[in-house]
Amino acid sequence: MTGIDDVAASTEGDDRRTFVVHVEDRPGVLDRVASLFRRRAHNIDSLHVGPTHEDGVSRMTIECRADASQAKRLEANLYKLVPVLRVDDVTTLERVQRVLALIKVAVGQARRPEVLQLLEVFGARAVDVGPEMLVIEMTGRPSQVKQLAGVLEPYGIVELAQTGAVAMTRSVEKPELGRGKAA
Amino acid sequence: MLHADVSPATGPAAASPGRAPRPLSDVGTVLSGAALIWEALVREGVDVVFGYPGGAIMPAYDAMARYPVHHVLTRHEQGASHMADGYARASGRVGVCIATSGPGATNLVTGIATAMLDSVPMVCITGQVPSALLGTDAFQETDITGVTLPITKQNYLVTRAEDVVPTLREAFYVARSGRPGPVVVDICKDAQQGKAPLAWDDEPICLPGYRPEHEPLPADLEEAVRMIEAAEKPLILAGHGIIEGDATAQLLKLVEVTDIPVSQTLLGLGGFPGTHPKSLGMMGMHGEAWVNQAIQEADLLLALGMRFDDRVTGRLATYAPKAKKIHVELDPAEIDKNVKVDLPIVGDVRDVLNRLLPALTPHTRRAWWDALDAMRGDSAVRDIVSLPDEGHLYAAHVIHDLYRFTGGDALVVSDVGQHQMWEAQYYKHDTPRSLLTSGGLGTMGFALPAAMGARFACPDAEVWVVVGDGGFQMTACELSTCAQEGLELKVAIINNGYLGMVRQWQEMFYGGRYVATPMASPDFVKLAEAHGLTGLRATTRDEVKDVVAKARATRGTVVIDFRVEQEDNVYPMVPSGADLADMIQRPHQKGGAHNPIFETGADEE
Ligand SMILES: Cc1ncc(C[n+]2csc(CCOP(=O)(O)OP(=O)(O)O)c2C)c(N)n1
Ligand SMILES: [Mg+2]
Repeated sequence: MTGIDDVAASTEGDDRRTFVVHVEDRPGVLDRVASLFRRRAHNIDSLHVGPTHEDGVSRMTIECRADASQAKRLEANLYKLVPVLRVDDVTTLERVQRVLALIKVAVGQARRPEVLQLLEVFGARAVDVGPEMLVIEMTGRPSQVKQLAGVLEPYGIVELAQTGAVAMTRSVEKPELGRGKAA
Repeated sequence: MLHADVSPATGPAAASPGRAPRPLSDVGTVLSGAALIWEALVREGVDVVFGYPGGAIMPAYDAMARYPVHHVLTRHEQGASHMADGYARASGRVGVCIATSGPGATNLVTGIATAMLDSVPMVCITGQVPSALLGTDAFQETDITGVTLPITKQNYLVTRAEDVVPTLREAFYVARSGRPGPVVVDICKDAQQGKAPLAWDDEPICLPGYRPEHEPLPADLEEAVRMIEAAEKPLILAGHGIIEGDATAQLLKLVEVTDIPVSQTLLGLGGFPGTHPKSLGMMGMHGEAWVNQAIQEADLLLALGMRFDDRVTGRLATYAPKAKKIHVELDPAEIDKNVKVDLPIVGDVRDVLNRLLPALTPHTRRAWWDALDAMRGDSAVRDIVSLPDEGHLYAAHVIHDLYRFTGGDALVVSDVGQHQMWEAQYYKHDTPRSLLTSGGLGTMGFALPAAMGARFACPDAEVWVVVGDGGFQMTACELSTCAQEGLELKVAIINNGYLGMVRQWQEMFYGGRYVATPMASPDFVKLAEAHGLTGLRATTRDEVKDVVAKARATRGTVVIDFRVEQEDNVYPMVPSGADLADMIQRPHQKGGAHNPIFETGADEE
């Protein structure tokens, strides 16, 4: 799925925030980042951490709720953490923001074609098939995952796993890590 | 008491007992992790550490004896952390404390939090259970990096001998650079016992995400100059950053050129001379009324290295409504945190002032100064020495006399409570680092141990502790350490029989119900004597001079029990969360009984 219509930019009045944080891959980093939100009583709605193409650099996507001034505080305080390389509040930027979901449904051979057809509509696919079950992979916005789950519910969802969102802006500039950007 | 055949060590230079000190090893020498700790510390310039041994840190202690580092055995690890803090505040260098795992480490926590809130550079070394036992609830295992995560600038868990030296180097660098702060290095016992080659180079440490320094933008500096030149009622708010950033000379020059009055935060006292004619005094909750009034009247606030703490601003909505605000601050996270400012300048305050000074033109501000003098008028705390002696002993008198009899030259370490505010009001500090106090955390029990640390940092200073009867008893066990170390320290206990500051709030805001604030104390004179120290007492004003003189003439640690008026209040006062303009003034005396703490301009003679 590509194209401008997938790019979400939050608007004024909406207090959902998305931060992209590049960090050094060191023990305790996640703890420090999470603690910073916890002590200010901000719930983290979703969190994703994973490696990047650069050695020793991890990338986090954090979704939380904060008004503009709280978001500024969070950004400035994230920058204060020694292992944090770069912080971007991408909330108002055009970007692609996706989650990955794995959904196991209890369908045997009989109803399988029916389900596979449904998946096509959602741009999802089956990644594992057994005599009694189907594991479905879906990438999209959380709302799309929710829709798919709704449709699959009657077939019997055994398990649903969903990652935190990963976000990427449309900017062609390579994010400069480290001393590049002052808060 | 010490046995007669063990002479107490007398200062940082005194070598530890036991084996002869050995010179530092060459790079590449294979050493135990324990020895590597001291190789790193000595190279970082450490000559004194404050601590308390125990199982998980024993290898480090055993190795210590061979190094030229004086260890001060405290009576509680909280004392060790405050001593390291006091050492750092007094010297500007990194203070070091050391403790064992579990309870030893958790006892450091209050001292670490105290240092964190006041930006004090400190490295705290703790022993940890062997790495294989981490997470097993082993004997004396506490996850101290987890516990201290929100109260340290950074912390580290070391599991291998080869990581000891690089981690400690990084810890010292992080602690002292940028906005300073405490760093915990938790070292597993097997990392101390294991061996590794000594690695050391003097290359600068590079941490890719760490930004201790910030360059002010030229356009912002130009804008600051324009705002200063245009202001008619400007006011400087000088904070702890002036002291930490060593910017006193620049601030003096700034005031000389621009004729802008200076007010200080509690931690900023001493950063600008308190007796300077352009010094207005302290701002905030117990700041001088005219300072707070000046803030409300000003058309420009030039905030230098301060963070608009809630004790300084009162109610934010009504704070300095007429003023444009310039905020010079090293930590970007402080910008717009409490007070929204018109011009933030992120950078080192000394560097920023150095860049601003050449661009400023000389000013005199007669009208503004006349207005300020009028505000000062009859609410001024003038020289209270000329007040009649009615036999009562007021804390303010004690502090004021202390100021006079020490010539204002003492290094004063105050604790937390009413006496702390009286100290700030009546002892004028003319030099940086001559007042140490726990401002941000307000930690009772800080003063005595912090003063002991300060004494090691400044062996020639006349060090006075100003402490309440309550706070003194929180860390009074360190008197025993004073005796063992033979420390020169004078302790003024402002003994009012109450947790005075809490009692004052109860009197003012809780219907006068004194719940859990009357406090019985031991005989402090006998307590001092029990430690082999000198104890003195004063109960009337005319005794103050003699006991202060006697204390100054007596060697060693002297404890003075000043039996002051019990239900005395600190004025003026901005109630918590109220407008700065709504200060509670000193009670008026019109026709009523004479209150020596109420002064008018007429008291000045
Ligand atoms: C460790 C700690 N516990 C409690 C407090 C709350 N507190 C602030 S001032 C104060 C009273 C201090 O009494 P004292 O040491 O006798 O000093 P005084 O106010 O009487 O001068 C208390 C309990 C504190 N600041 N620190
Ligand atoms: Mg008291």
